[in-house]
Amino acid sequence: MGDLSEFSLPVRLFLRAYRFRVIDPVPWAPLRVPLARARLALISSAGFVLPDQARFDESLRGGDASFREIPFDTDPSALVDTHRSESFDHEAMRRDPNLAFPLERVRELATRGRIGAVNHRHWSFMGSLTAPGRFVADSLPRLAAAAVADGVDVALFVPV
Amino acid sequence: MCNQAVCLAAAEFERSGISTVALVLLRQVAERVRPPRALALPFRHGYPLDTPHDPARQHAVLEAALRLLETPAAHGPLLVDYDPAAYEGERA
Repeated sequence: MGDLSEFSLPVRLFLRAYRFRVIDPVPWAPLRVPLARARLALISSAGFVLPDQARFDESLRGGDASFREIPFDTDPSALVDTHRSESFDHEAMRRDPNLAFPLERVRELATRGRIGAVNHRHWSFMGSLTAPGRFVADSLPRLAAAAVADGVDVALFVPV
Repeated sequence: MCNQAVCLAAAEFERSGISTVALVLLRQVAERVRPPRALALPFRHGYPLDTPHDPARQHAVLEAALRLLETPAAHGPLLVDYDPAAYEGERA
């Protein structure tokens, strides 16, 4: 299990003192179609961008609340790691971005018929957000609206 | 902080009518933040889908997440621990 012991003492102390947000009430959207007919989108917090996209801004206080669109047919090897955190090992996900952004795996799920379709785009952001106010108030409603407009039925969120 | 961020994002999607699963690498964060559905993974940060260049292991994690979506629960939070041993046969 991932646990706090992975982190340096300053990070552990920060996390122990940090006031995490609490989702209350907890929203609940039941699966509205069988997975074999569902359209799936991925949202990864691993900070990946495409070579022609702006990197996430490491200098922004509280974190960069922006998103990047990643087309469904992207070759994972094209993804560039711009996550600013030094608290985890980046090497494995740089070698195989599917580890934190499973583009190929979800395409395989669609090919097998386990899911109905892969959405034509996924989304990437950098999860190192110590002050998520703008992320919650601005970025997420726009992102969710885009997913609704695409007809996304299910979304899988992957941290790093 | 990635764990909190994906939980918050999942909640916004769920409010919009989209069913979600959040993978989490720190169970205690999911317990605190309370995303609608979460799969707690026994892997360290940087390795959310288990092992690089191992499609079978990566698919096992995804299958567990999909089964969470199919769990007939009426409300959240639903927080389930991922047990890699339960998917050994499917990786073969």
